[in-house]
Parts: sequence; structure tokens; C-alpha cells
Amino acid sequence: MKIYATYNIKGGVGKTTAAVNLAYLSAADGYRTLLWDLDPQGAASFLFRIKPRVKGGGKALIRGTKALDDAIKGTDFDHLDLLPADFTYRNMDLLLDARSQKPTDKKPTRRIAQLLRPLAGEYDNVFLDCPPSISLVSENVMHAADVLLVPLIPTTLSVRTLDQLTEFVAGFDGRQPQIRAFFSMVDRRKRLHQDITAKLLAERPGVAATPIPALSLIERMSVERAPVTAFAPRSQAAQAFRALWDEVNTDKIAAAPMPSL
Amino acid sequence: MTPDLRGFELDADTGNDGARDPVAAVLDALGQAFGVVAEPGAPGSGPRRYTWLDTFDWRLNHAGLVLEYEHKGRGGRLLLTRDGTPQAEQPVTGWRSGRPRLAADLPAGPVKDQVLKLASPRALLPMASAAGAVSVTRLLNADGKTVARLIVNRETVTGADQAVPLPARLTIAEVRGYPGQARRAARLLAAIPGVSAAQQSTFAAALYALGRHPNDYSNGVTTDITAQMPASVAVATLLLGLLDTLEQNVDGVLRDIDTEFLHDLRVAVRRTRAAIKLLGDVLPETGPYAAEFRWLGDLTTPTRDLDVQLLDFDAMAAQLVAASPADLEPFRVFLARRRTREFRRLAAGLRSARFRALTQHWRKVLLEARDAAGTARRRGPTADELAVSRTGKMFRRVAALGSAITADSAPESLHNLRKRCKELRYVLEFFAPLHDPVIYRKVVGDLKQLQDCLGEFQDSEVQRHEIRALADAMLTERAAPAATLLAMGEIVANLAHGQAEARAEFAQRFTAFAGPAGQQRFRALLARPVS
Repeated sequence: MKIYATYNIKGGVGKTTAAVNLAYLSAADGYRTLLWDLDPQGAASFLFRIKPRVKGGGKALIRGTKALDDAIKGTDFDHLDLLPADFTYRNMDLLLDARSQKPTDKKPTRRIAQLLRPLAGEYDNVFLDCPPSISLVSENVMHAADVLLVPLIPTTLSVRTLDQLTEFVAGFDGRQPQIRAFFSMVDRRKRLHQDITAKLLAERPGVAATPIPALSLIERMSVERAPVTAFAPRSQAAQAFRALWDEVNTDKIAAAPMPSL
Repeated sequence: MTPDLRGFELDADTGNDGARDPVAAVLDALGQAFGVVAEPGAPGSGPRRYTWLDTFDWRLNHAGLVLEYEHKGRGGRLLLTRDGTPQAEQPVTGWRSGRPRLAADLPAGPVKDQVLKLASPRALLPMASAAGAVSVTRLLNADGKTVARLIVNRETVTGADQAVPLPARLTIAEVRGYPGQARRAARLLAAIPGVSAAQQSTFAAALYALGRHPNDYSNGVTTDITAQMPASVAVATLLLGLLDTLEQNVDGVLRDIDTEFLHDLRVAVRRTRAAIKLLGDVLPETGPYAAEFRWLGDLTTPTRDLDVQLLDFDAMAAQLVAASPADLEPFRVFLARRRTREFRRLAAGLRSARFRALTQHWRKVLLEARDAAGTARRRGPTADELAVSRTGKMFRRVAALGSAITADSAPESLHNLRKRCKELRYVLEFFAPLHDPVIYRKVVGDLKQLQDCLGEFQDSEVQRHEIRALADAMLTERAAPAATLLAMGEIVANLAHGQAEARAEFAQRFTAFAGPAGQQRFRALLARPVS
């Protein structure tokens, strides 16, 4: 089971859009796929028309009184399941932290990885759609993930964010996720976007060659309530996600060297 | 109660008035509670053509398995299920499923892994075929989310010379996390007029439509006899059953589908000969039939002996220590060539007027004997009286012969005992319905172990002699490289070793069956309440 997480400290950069479409493409390729909507806003759940509600809330999941398995819902698509968001996820930091008070659980940053472990036989790929922020939840996600997929809007600031994240992950003891960035919401008409995209691709490994363009069809996902790769599979947007998924799935994105600390 | 989501069917006559498609009525009913949207291109939807496979004696069915070959373009897919739940599947290319194929010849894969042990050495035969279409409809909740699916299978089953439409089969497929919605859809379905819970699997329905049923062949003795039936009727009935078995296997032998057709045919002949010999006196006339069935048995022996050599070949080759299995290849080629020759003789015999006359006249004699019993002036013995007297006599004979065997006895005495044990076993099986089932199972179990031991002894001996004779024949035909003859010599030595082991085991097996405890058990088996 390979775990991907779409993560960025900033909101509104295309995390959910990427998670939903890449998970859909993974499933369409025949991989048994699970998408966990960890964002209490529940955008990914909304896009699959699934109610953002888990019986017992995040508390039951984190405590383990409800198995992840029981909360999973089938989407409309073959091989693709979703673990819905729940509004109580907004308190997940507190729940994770509360576990660390227990003498039996000294590693509050590994709880999500622990919860996912029993699903290893059931899924080939898991996508975690994370809420923006740096928190115990995101730290958990980074420890659980094999690959962090980082959407970048081509601005100077977001490049800096990527550097910070790379450095943060490099400080992990033991296993570290690979970081794979991709450009998101790219407006080809903007000179700045073109320049930063070209420069970063030339200079920095670990960035996907495929940019995800800013297109109104992608915004239309919230009206169609489906991945653009499903309702408009031949569109430019869908083809961009397909190319990105092929890069991610075949691990064609050259790895960035970890900074030495 | 919640109905089973998997099993609904539309009554065959629903919609036959030429009015509306009955499935449309189903969709209307479901549309009251769900959004209903067709899902063309859904996995598993579209035209479907498949063939169910099993061995002639339904070995997969006996093991609770159903093997389905789905035709797909030039290739196909084998799917093995148990109670509708997939167990294994694998692609198969270049196979015309209408033709029998030995389980051993399937390409490697998970289905072969599960099927091989059960089916070998039998071939997989097409039991029924069906063609049709599967359509999938999504059932949506108020958010437009698919919460269940309706799957409709419309199929026509085809047999040798007929095509019968099956009732449309409706299934509600649950979407993970929405079990309540699937149950709700199933309840709505169950309430629609003309929709009923499916009573049987599609395979069973297909067989029923063709007038067949699983287990319509068995190589066992399946006679419908009762204790008070006149003995002549009982014997004629069981012989008619054996004649049926014999005739059922002729086609498979002639088409050389697998070796077990001939094996089953031979068993039916042996049982017939034993019944004529041991029980035939209660029939008005068995005339020349004992000799004729002997001719039939002898006709089949050479081919069967070669089949056994070829079936055991790999196991024998694997036991070689000094020689290499490759040394034996010329022997295999020789055996196969000889089998082709012997099989031609066998086939000619089974196609001969003599064989046709034998089966036709024998059936006539048996039918007359069965139907004439009611008109007999003198009351003969009942089936039960015959069972008790003949089974007891055979047991006493086996006990006496076995007790006389010592470590120094000649092999012939063990061969003779083996033949008598076989006859005792047949007599026990003929009258099985008249015995206490618990004691019967134990008696037959012990007898079987004794027979296995005697069989190992004698088969090893026969096989050794055969291999010697074949080696002579190979030399005569100049088909015997020295390495092959040496390897054959090693096989003969291995067989001698196995024979010695069986000989050493004999006393223990015999005592278990016919020692004091065994004798007491036999008395209990044949004890009848005094009327």
C-alpha cells in the first residue's frame, strides 16, 4: 500500500482538486484506492456527493473505538472508496495530543500511520487530503505518507514554502516521505507564472514537469460534484491530471536532494 | 426479513403479453425511492457469453464449486466460485470451451491450482452455455450519490440442440458504506408483482432448463431397492442401474475424452459380472451373459492397463534414484504408441454388433425379469433375505481364505483373496440401502483398507510383469535404448519394494476386518429383528 498526501501549508492552492483527480485516476488504472478527506471543511467528500460525517466523529477514529474500515464509503467509481470528512476533525490536533498523555502511546505523530496499517491488504494506493496548516495532523500525515504531493502556485513565496517543508521533513528521525511538488493553478497568460515555472523546473529537482493549469472547468467540479477526470476526461484539465498522475505513479519526478542539517 | 440482495428473478411469463418490458416496471418501482440512472459501460455490463464446466462425474459440484468460462473475443476467462463468491480467476487463450479439455492441460494459474487436484485425471466438459446481456442501473440518493446498483441479467441457455430463455435475474449490489439503502432497494424489489426470490443459482437454473441436474451421473451403485422387494426385482433393478452406467460411459470412451470413462465402464462391467455370478440365480435367465460380459471386460483390459502405466508414469519417473527421468522417455513414447493401437481395437469392439446386441438383449432380459416378478406363482426370497444370505456367505469365504494365509503363502493366495474381497464389497454395495448405515460405513471402511493393501500387492506384481513384457516388446521393436531399459529395471525394483511393504501390512489389515471384532461387527450388520 502506497500512501500519497497532498499537502501545503497554504489553503486554496489545489490540494483537494489534485487529491480527488489523482485518486480517481489511480482507481481508473485498476489500483484499489482510498481517499481520506482529513479536511473538516469536507470539500473532497462534497465532490463525491458523500456526506461529511463519520459516526462517533474523529474522536472514535483516533481512539480506535471505530475502525477506519467501518467508516469507509464507496464512491460512484470502481475501485475508489472515500473516508469522509467530519466537522469534528477540526479538533483532531487536540485528540491526537490527548493520546500522547497516555503512558501507552508516546508517539502522537504516528497515530494516522498506525490507523492506516490494517488497510494495507485492502488498498494499493491511499490519498490523504490534508487541511492547510502546520499542526499535529499535518505532522502525522507526513509520517504516514510515502510521498508528499505539494501543489505550488508559481510565486516566489510558495517556492519558499517548499524549501521550508523540505527542511522540516529532513529533520524526521528514521523514515522520511519523498517530496514531489507540482505547479498548480498555473495561468499561462501571466508572465510571472511562466518565469517561475520555467526557472524552478530547470533548477530544482523534485518538481513534476506537468503543470496543472488554472481552468474554469476545474472549478466546475463543485457544480458537477465529480472529478474533472471523470466528467470531462478528454479536456485539457483532465489530460494535465493524467500526465501528472503518470509522472507520480511511475516516479518519474527526479528526487530533490535533502538539505543537510 | 431482508431479502437476499443477490437473488431475484422475474417470473418467466411476466411481460410475455407483448406489452411493456417487465424490467421497466421494476425501474419505475425503484424510481419511487431512488434516482434511477442507467450506467452503460459499468464494469461487468454488456453482452456476455459463458460456459459452465465440470467433470463428467461432477467433481467440482461435489466440492461446492462452480467453474465458469467467460468468452471474451479470442481469449476468455475462467472464474471459480463457491456459493456465488469468487474463489479464483485466470485468463485463458486459445481454448474452445465447447471441447473437453483435461484439467492438467489448463495454463498455469490460480484456477488450475484449485481445480487440478479435484478434477484430475478427468477432463472439464461443457455442462451448459448461456449468452445474454447484463445491464447496470445506478440507484441515487437525494444528493445524486450512487447508493446501490440494480444489475439485470437476461440470458438464454443453450444445450446440445435447444435454446431456452432463463427468467431475467435481478441483483441489488451494495455500495460500501450504504447497506441500508441496498436493503431498502431489495425490499422494494421483493414487493413488485412478478418478482420473486431466486430459488437457485443461474447455473442450476440453466441445467434445469435443459432438463439436467447436477449429479445426474454417478459411478456408484445407486439402486432404489427395498427390503421386502422380491429378490429378482432387486437384482434386475441394480443390474439395470449398472447397464445405464455402462452405456453412459461408452460415448466418452469412444471420443477418448479422459481415462475415467473407460475406468467407470470397466467397474460397471465388473460389478455386473459379480452380480451375475453371486446373485444371478434369482433371475429367470442369465444365459450366455456371464461369458459376454467377460468378453467385454477383456476387451477393455489392455487399454486400461496402458492408461494406468501412463497415469502413473510421472510418479514412477520421480522415484528414480540411479536413472534419470529423461531415460524413461522412450518408454513413454512406446506406451503411448501401444495405447493408440489398443484403443483402436477397443473402439472397434464397442462399435461392434456384438456389443450392441449384448447391451440391447441384456436390457430386455432385465426389464422382463423386473416386470415379471409380480406374476410368479411361487414366492421367492426377498431382497433382504438374499442380502443377508449372500453377504454372510461371502464374508465367511473371505474370512476362511484370509485366515489360511501365512507369511509363506504364494502370491496367488493373496490374489484369490483380493478377488473375493472385491465380490464381497460389491455385494455390500448392492444392498447398502438395506443395512444399518453406521455399521455399514465401518465394515466397508475396514474392507476398503484391506482391499487397498491387497491391491497394492497385486498391482505391483502385475505392473512388474507388464513392464518386463513391455521391455521384451521394445527390444523386439528395437525401441529400447540401454538407459531406458536400466531405468525400467529400477522401476521394477521400486515396485517390488512397494509390494513387500504391502505384504508386511496384510496381517494387520486382515485382522482389523475379519478378526474377532470384525466378525462381531459383521454379525451385527446382518442381524435382523425376528418377525
